[in-house]
Amino acid sequence: MTMPNVVLHVADVHKRFGGLHALADIDLQVEEGQTHAIIGPNGAGKSTLLNVIIGKLAPSSGQVVFDGTVLTGRKPYQINQLGIARVFQTPEIFADLSVLHNVMIPALAKRDGAFKLNMLRSLEHEHAVREEAEHMLHDVGMHSAREDHAGSLSRGDKRRMELAMCLIQHPRLLLLDEPTAGMSRHDTNTTIELLKKIKSRGMTKVIIEHDMHVVFSLADKISVLAQGRIIADGTPDQVRGNPKVQEAYLGGTA
Amino acid sequence: MLAMPRKDLILFLGFAAAVLAMPIWLQPFGAAYPDLLNRFAIFAIFAVGFNILFGLTGYLSFGHAAFFGVGSYAAVWSFKLLSMDAVPALLFAVIISGLFALAIGFLSLRRSGIYFSILTLAFAQMSYNLAYSVFTPITNGETGLQLSLNDKRYLDRMFFEAGAGLPSPTLFGVTLSGYVAFYFCAFFLIATFFIAQRVTGSPFGMMLKGIKSNQTRMNYTGVNTRPYTLAAFVISGMYAGLAGALLAITDPLAGAERMQWTASGEVVLMTILGGAGTLVGPVIGAWLIKYFENIFSAINDGILSQFWGFLPEGAQHTAVLISSKFVGEGWFLTLGLVFVLIVVFLPGGVMEGVRRIASMIRPNKPTPASADSSATKPHPAE
Repeated sequence: MTMPNVVLHVADVHKRFGGLHALADIDLQVEEGQTHAIIGPNGAGKSTLLNVIIGKLAPSSGQVVFDGTVLTGRKPYQINQLGIARVFQTPEIFADLSVLHNVMIPALAKRDGAFKLNMLRSLEHEHAVREEAEHMLHDVGMHSAREDHAGSLSRGDKRRMELAMCLIQHPRLLLLDEPTAGMSRHDTNTTIELLKKIKSRGMTKVIIEHDMHVVFSLADKISVLAQGRIIADGTPDQVRGNPKVQEAYLGGTA
Repeated sequence: MLAMPRKDLILFLGFAAAVLAMPIWLQPFGAAYPDLLNRFAIFAIFAVGFNILFGLTGYLSFGHAAFFGVGSYAAVWSFKLLSMDAVPALLFAVIISGLFALAIGFLSLRRSGIYFSILTLAFAQMSYNLAYSVFTPITNGETGLQLSLNDKRYLDRMFFEAGAGLPSPTLFGVTLSGYVAFYFCAFFLIATFFIAQRVTGSPFGMMLKGIKSNQTRMNYTGVNTRPYTLAAFVISGMYAGLAGALLAITDPLAGAERMQWTASGEVVLMTILGGAGTLVGPVIGAWLIKYFENIFSAINDGILSQFWGFLPEGAQHTAVLISSKFVGEGWFLTLGLVFVLIVVFLPGGVMEGVRRIASMIRPNKPTPASADSSATKPHPAE
């Protein structure tokens, strides 16, 4: 058996906000191609951890390493250009633009890099990017809505489109912050189906979630966070059976 | 590479025809004389450029008159030192205002929203005050920068002797006055409209729209937004400099009042009144404001008492007293009122009004964009 390739390593990360120790001694290894879920009760530090990984927050100590590159200290756009895309709890989309343009912008950013003074070409003549975007919209089942105003989409459709915006960049690592938060059961199920479909593409994913249904149907590995510490780590079955986890998160003996 | 989508080409040709025919179709409005037509073209350039920043990125600058003023000063200096020809004056003005915009934009764009607006306003007011104080050797202070008989004009002197009296701006020897000056300005309006159209329809323009719509998503999409906004800022500053230089070409003097905050505010009004983010809107806004400014500021008490002549004497006196506050020097009061009405009832400006009327006439017509794309299916159903 070959050694699994660790693509994301959160190494000894601490994060303090004043007197509050939001993250303590976090050590997390995410293996290539796996779906790694981070669960925990409200206030456990899940979002803080995600924001440290993506460069929105600087850790008080420790560092985040992605495929041999230290992410700590880099800006979000630089981290994205390294191959990390992010889905937000509340979909972050271009509400004023059409669905097609929403998906074309990340494709252009992937192709042209962080900045390109690309003023002479007409967007109408970017056939390759457009076809790629239309193809991606087919994949997430939104092709018929491509000319719609993104701001007028339903919550579930905004999420699907946001996923398409991330996937078109072919990221090596996809971070999902509660991808089904605030969704109806129906929208939650379609989103899970979509995420399962993506899974077959071999991309590494980190999911922050507190919906158990979502976590156990998607994750290969689960880390349980409570009060800023990782209290358990393992496969879904190992985590489910762990008494510490039951006490801290799944309701304990009560 | 310079090929254009058909609907852009139609818009461009229609726009060019409308501009070139201005001396004809403005005749019934009593606006078809070169002096006013020049201002129409010049301020339309200013507004089209301003819209590249404000309409596409959403960054509202309250200091663009500074670049307009710098363009005017630079053009007059080119007349004084180099040549009375318009080409070096324009080049010099566009380069100087571009550099000036680069410096101010670099500092101001470290903030967004209201802080950005305040920073640009502060820099413009600083420029205005410096023009009256420290920089009087360059700006000639309150008198304004003018041509004089002692000017060097080194470039001209290499080719011919100075004539008697003050020379006028020329283009390759042709004096730029009257309709020649108008068509000179009109050429630049059409050219800058073309550039604005290209920028808006390019991948770069799409990135600017993305920045306006959601800057957070832009950052997490791998886009460094700062150079994009700075590029838009510098381009719009160069447009303002070009407009300022054209004003100096049609009337070779430059004063600091061109840099005042009211002048910065005026271009904001033009853009919003016409429709920010649209191509034609800022042009229409500029024309409407310059046209009504011309009419309203010319009205005096005599004309008003004639207008209210049908009223009994006491009522006539009151009517004249009240309405006189809205005309002449008080024309800005009328402009303010119209602006309030537009923002409250028609936030998209004149262009939104046009769209609303068009959709009332043709309720279920599909937009050209969706009709176009459904016709070109790139791949079969899976």
